[in-house]
Amino acid sequence: MYKIGVIGDPVSVLSFKAVGLDVFPCEDGAEAKKLIRRLAESEYAILYVTEDLADEAASEIERYSDSRLPAIILIPSKEGASGNGLMNVRKAVERAVGADILFGGEE
Amino acid sequence: MERMNVNPTRMMLTSLKRRLKTAVRGHKLLKDKRDELMKEFLDLARENGRLREEVERDLDGVYKNFTVASSIMSREVMQESLMFPKQGVDLTVGSKNIMSVDVPVFDFNTTANNEGDIFPYGFARTTGELDTAIQRMSDLFPKLLDLAAKEKETSLLAAELEKTRRRVNALEYVMIPRLQLTIRYIQMKLDENERGNQTRLMKVKDMMLEEAINEKKAKDEAAIERLIESQG
Repeated sequence: MYKIGVIGDPVSVLSFKAVGLDVFPCEDGAEAKKLIRRLAESEYAILYVTEDLADEAASEIERYSDSRLPAIILIPSKEGASGNGLMNVRKAVERAVGADILFGGEE
Repeated sequence: MERMNVNPTRMMLTSLKRRLKTAVRGHKLLKDKRDELMKEFLDLARENGRLREEVERDLDGVYKNFTVASSIMSREVMQESLMFPKQGVDLTVGSKNIMSVDVPVFDFNTTANNEGDIFPYGFARTTGELDTAIQRMSDLFPKLLDLAAKEKETSLLAAELEKTRRRVNALEYVMIPRLQLTIRYIQMKLDENERGNQTRLMKVKDMMLEEAINEKKAKDEAAIERLIESQG
């Protein structure tokens, strides 16, 4: 059985706790990095990470981007979406096609 | 384009021709794979983008609800209320094969005892705003999971697509031209050898003929001399 984890600042992740996900409140990037590594090595299949923390732990997230599990998904924090999550989709398109042909016109 | 550093022999020529055939066939297959992946990927990425925007918008709403709820209730009460969630989530991970890319499929079961009763607290000390917030979060959850699956699929497909694209290009612009060039080189070399051999043979034949003629001439002269001697 796999689990779902949520990493983010204490206020943002509170709402995820309500629906029964495993919540890991975390304040700074170094801690987030450690958490991500620890959770990824155990039985967590999906990790939701808030965008601002993901920014600081980008190198750690990058490590798991090509592996099948876990899926590390960026979610906006309580401050609102920074556009980083959508940027990842855009980057994937760019990587696959060579140029961003889907979302380029929307800016 | 550099040609390969090989010995221009007939054996090498046959093996290179075989390799060229494989390369051309592989190129065609990979190109088909690339096209199909691309088709699949573009749909997926578009869907992914749409879903993400939706989730981000909804999540923003949920956060707002929570903020409102927490502004009415004290922080302690709120944390206490959410300390032991009634709902749990069981996640199973299957897998799906898209163009030989192994992508995970997430399937979940909520382990609430009662569908209608997802609130892990009594109603005495909490406000209705918190109920709304949790209800909305609960409704959003399937979408959040869908987003996780789609996003992972997108990134895995992107990686595979990049690899395939590189391979196609490497075959098309490096491997195949180089093989063709080398095959042409060996063929020319062999033809050249053949021509060299031909002329050498002709030369030798000429020399042999000349020798034979000289021999014949010498014999004739000797015979004539003998004839003159016998008459005189």
